[in-house]
Parts: sequence; C-alpha cells; structure tokens
Amino acid sequence: MARGMVIIDEDRCKGCGLCISVCPVHILKLAEGRFNAQGYPPVEVTDPEACTGCAMCATICPDVVFTVYRRKRRSAARA
Amino acid sequence: MAVEIPEDMELVYSYPESLTKVRTHYCPGCTHGVVHRLIAEVLDELGVRERTIGIAPVGCSVLAYYYFNMDFAEAAHGRAPAMATGIKRVSPDKVVFTYQGDGDLAAIGTAEIIHAANRGELFTTIFVNNAIYGMTGGQMAPTTLPGQVTTSSPTGRNVQTAGWPIRMAELLAELPGVAYVTRQSVLDVPAIRKAKKAIKLAFQTQLAGLGFSMVEILSTCNTNWHMTPVEALEWAKEHMVDYFPLGDTKMTDAVRALKEGK
Amino acid sequence: MAKELWEGNAAIAEAAIRAGLEAFFGYPITPQTEVLEHFSKRLPELGRVFLQAESEVASINMVYGAACAGARVMTSSSSPGVSLMQEGFSYIACSEVPAVVTNIMRGGPGLGNVQPAQGDYFQAVKSAGHGDFHMIVLAPSNVQEAIDLMVLAFDLAEKYRTIVMFVADGSIGQMMEPAEMPPMRPVRPPEERAEWALTGAQGRKPNIITSLYLGAENMERVNIRLQAKLREIEKNEVRWKEYSTEDADLLLVAFGTVGRVCQTVVREAREQGLKVGLLRPITLWPFPGQRIAALAEQVKGILTVEMNAGQMVEDVRLAVEGRCPVRFYGRMGGPIPLPDEILPELEKLNAEVGGEEE
Repeated sequence: MARGMVIIDEDRCKGCGLCISVCPVHILKLAEGRFNAQGYPPVEVTDPEACTGCAMCATICPDVVFTVYRRKRRSAARA
Repeated sequence: MAVEIPEDMELVYSYPESLTKVRTHYCPGCTHGVVHRLIAEVLDELGVRERTIGIAPVGCSVLAYYYFNMDFAEAAHGRAPAMATGIKRVSPDKVVFTYQGDGDLAAIGTAEIIHAANRGELFTTIFVNNAIYGMTGGQMAPTTLPGQVTTSSPTGRNVQTAGWPIRMAELLAELPGVAYVTRQSVLDVPAIRKAKKAIKLAFQTQLAGLGFSMVEILSTCNTNWHMTPVEALEWAKEHMVDYFPLGDTKMTDAVRALKEGK
Repeated sequence: MAKELWEGNAAIAEAAIRAGLEAFFGYPITPQTEVLEHFSKRLPELGRVFLQAESEVASINMVYGAACAGARVMTSSSSPGVSLMQEGFSYIACSEVPAVVTNIMRGGPGLGNVQPAQGDYFQAVKSAGHGDFHMIVLAPSNVQEAIDLMVLAFDLAEKYRTIVMFVADGSIGQMMEPAEMPPMRPVRPPEERAEWALTGAQGRKPNIITSLYLGAENMERVNIRLQAKLREIEKNEVRWKEYSTEDADLLLVAFGTVGRVCQTVVREAREQGLKVGLLRPITLWPFPGQRIAALAEQVKGILTVEMNAGQMVEDVRLAVEGRCPVRFYGRMGGPIPLPDEILPELEKLNAEVGGEEE
C-alpha cells in the first residue's frame, strides 16, 4: 500500500522537470506524446504505489502543480 | 477531475490561499515561482493575508500582483522600498513587503533600499538575486559574477571596468536600523525549506516591530543562462554560493529571541 | 478666524495640515525648505507622519505609496527637486491616486539659483513626465490665495483621483502677509479610506494599483479613460481672476507673483489713460483659454508677462488664434518684472495696435 499520494494539476505544469530531479523514489517523468493546455508535456507519476508522500516535488515546484497526501501514522489513524 | 482520497491519508501539501490561481508568465523552471509560493505559505501560516500589502518591482516579477492573492501595488524601477515606506507609515497595522530583483534593488534602487533599511522601516524585503537582468533579456546585473557572460558583458564581466558584484546582505547588515538580514537559496529542497523559515522569521520580525528585515534569495535564470532548469540549479550552487555565502548577516538579539521562541 | 501674519511657505504647510493632511514626505531645497520645516514640527505634534526622505525621487515614491494606501499626502520641493520627481508624477497620474505636490519655483535651468522664477511653467503644464497626462496646476499670487488653493488642491486631487501641482515662486514662499487660516478639518480615519485603496483585502477581492498595461488595446483603453477625465477637469475646474477687463482695450495676462505686479500696472496704466485690464490664470492647467479667446475679441492687443523666456504666452497665443496681437515681456533667473518695465511694453503694444491714450 502506497505511503503517499500526489495529485497533479496538469494544466499548471510547465514541464521544467525540477520535480523529477528531486523525487527520491524516481517515480516522476514528463508525459510523452501529449501536452497540456499551456502546450507543455506535463509531469506524470509512473508508479503511484512507490510514492512516500515526502512532498519534495511540491517543495521545488515553481508552479504549485502538486497536492500531496501522506498516510497517517498508525497511532494517529487509530485515534 | 475528482480523485478519491483514502481515509487514512492526510493532506501534507496544498495550494496556498495567499496565491491566486493565475498561471505565472515565468519561464519553465524559473525559481520566482518557488519564492512566490514560500511567501504565500508563510503569510497563510501567519494568518495575515487579509492585512498584507505587497509591492511588485520592475523586472521579471513585475506582474507578481496577479499571482499574490492580496492588495498589491506596482512600483517604479527600484522605488519599491520608498513606496513601502509610504504605505507602512500611513498604515502601521498592515503587513508590508517588497519583492525585488537584483537590478531593481542593487542597481537602480540602491539608495531607496539602503535608506529604508537604515531608518528601520517596518516592512520586509524579499530580494531575489539571480545575477542577471531577466526581463530585458539577460544583461549584466549588479550581482553578475566576475567573468560571467551576459548580453551586455559578452566577454564576461570585467571587474576592472564594470566593478564587482554587490553583496547586499552584507552591506545592509552594517546599518543599525536593520533587525534581520539573511541570504538563503532555493537551489535544492533543504535550502528551500530553510529559506521558508527565514522568510517567516523576517515577517515575524516585522510583526513584532523589531526593525527592517530582508531575505536575499539566490535564484536562477535558466533561460538567460542558457541552461536547463536542473543545470541552472547546479551552476548556481557551484558558482554563486562561493561569492554570495549563505546565512544570516544580521540578527539582533531581539530577533534571535523571537526565533528561539523566547 | 482672525487674520495673522504668515510667511508664505509656512502658510502653505499649515493650510495643508488644516486640510486634513495625513503625511508629508520631502527633501530640503531652497526656497521651499520652510515648508518642510513647518511640517517637521507640526505633524509629529499632531500625531501625523513627517519623514525627511533621502531624495526627491524617494519622496515622490513615498507619496505614491501613501496615496495608494488611501492617505491624504503631499510633498514639496523646488525646481531641480521637482525634475527628479517627474518619474513619480507619471506613475501617480496613470495609477489614478490622489496626491499634491508643491513647487516653489526657482531660477534655472540646471542648478540655477534660489531666486524666484516661473521657468517651470512648461514642466508643470505640458511636460510633467513621460506619457500622455496633465496635472491640475494651481498658481496663487498671494499668501491668502496660497492657503485657499492648498485646501482646494486636496479636494481636487481626491475628487478626480489625480495629481495636483501647486506652483508658487520663491517670493510668494518667502513673503509675509496677513492671512486667515481655515479651521482644522478632522483627519479621515483609516477605516474610511477609499474603496480602491490598498488597505488589506479583508472580506473583499484584492485591490491592485498599477500603471502597467502590456497589451496595446489595454493601454489605449486606460489612456482613453484618463483623457476623458482630463476633459472633465477642463470643463469644471478652470479658474482665473479678472481686473478691470470690462472696458479694456489692452489685456495683460500674468500669473503668480507677476499677476500681482500687474494689478499695480493696471492701476498705473489707467492713471496714464491706457484702458488696461488683467486676466490672471489661477489654474495654469486647465488653462482659461476660452475666456482669453473671448477677451481677444474685445481688446486690441495682449501683453503676457512672465518670469521666464515666454512659456505661458504660447498658451495665450493658442487661445487667441490670431484674433489680436499677443506680445511678451519677461525676466529670467530671478528678477521680478516691475511696473516701470511693463508700462513701456504696454505703451509699445498700444502704439502697435493704433490705440490712443485718453
């Protein structure tokens, strides 16, 4: 089960690739053969199950493309 | 597109309220977007968006007022600190900040920033230093590195004729009215997280009425440096940080106490 | 309130305070420094803002900022300092925020001197800064009028959300005269600032104040709006004073200090049998051109007298459109034209237009 989850606002993405360079689990890549409303190839998640919800992509993204969720700690989840 | 969020997931990052949803005109990979976001996150966290007034500069961030979700004025080139002074003096209960680039703050607006800082004006300046004039197409800036090639220093900045890059964070640190000045960067994730803390402390300094506060932020201009966004981050880390060392250049005891929660 | 003896510069400052001024930003320059000095004492006493800026460039941008925040604000300077402020005038005009600027004019060009002059007429009326705009320009000719016009300046600035320039020469600034101050108006509380002002977007959409319009059509739209406002000002706000024009054969046109000297000239000329009248523009922009055109139908010739090389005379000629001869007499760099210099010019004009002395 994935520890984290990102939601990508594709139309905000400019395909700069900064998120790809910092993702510790290497699950981001630019789309191939399709473009967003701005004409850029948007970033995609290749393996959602591997996401840790670390938010490094969101931290370096200049265009606020990412919304990030992380699985609650067990104790918190129970509470 | 509705996405179902599993119940045991918690939101750890979402769009700040202090930014509008307008897509920026910045080039892909431009770190202005990162700095905008950090300011917005800080203003959200401090709960002051509705009493904040920003001042945009002339330069690439001239349209910043479309991106920040708060009252904003557009200054003449370099004059943002004078405008901020005028606003803050007649509206002392507001949170006021200027957002300025290196040409704006360290060349044409040098007098205004020095005197505003020296008076201890109670506003915050976010100074984005990317060592080049971005909007006009990559000319030499006051912070362009020695030997750096730009469209107006085609054989590299010659310090014998063009002078040396100005270290504004160090220069302003000399002034008694300054409470907090620091140089940060947005060149990697840990640096971005530190920069946000610094921006927050700068605004807290203002809110506590402790004096002038400025965060200089080493930034990139991949377009005019003729690099990819990722290469630009690496280039800046390799070359800019040597000349513009990161860290606080001025922190009064009162600001330190604020930082340490005393 | 009873009349008291006031020095022009101090009177200008006090009148602004009585008009509800909230903040002054300025830089010392002769011959306006007493304006700044008066504010430096009075404003802090009253709990209002006084700040001596690092330059005139900074002063006008502080004014711009405070005006954006919705405060009643002004600066003052003298000719070379006003030149430095011109960038700001243009921004303020385009952004449509209200501000008042005083220019106690001195001799120029360049550093010039600190003598009274009117050499900044063109600058004030025609070339206040880059782009298409006009400032409302008010020109008093005595201390009482300076007081009254200073109060009016703020009302006009706010009514039209525009920049108002108050021009006087050094002699009005430095002279002492008995004058009556208006009562103190209450300062507008911050919560009553205009809805367009930058006051924090609490429970409303953000306000943006800018003079940047990148698209050609957008910029043109803004210009059309600004021009419409200027036409409205031209329609409503032309002010002047006439002296003995009812039966005049010759007309003097002069403003400020010279307008005052010319009142004496009218008296002396009439004693000599010359039927001379005077029109003294109070607003240099909008200019009382229509009234001058009407008088040009009545009189045989017009003499414009200024403390410059002939600036307002161009507007007089534009208004007159050849209806009668328009001549000029002026002194530059400090000397004030005196009646015994002006009278012979009137006699010359009278001879030229075939008039007789009664």
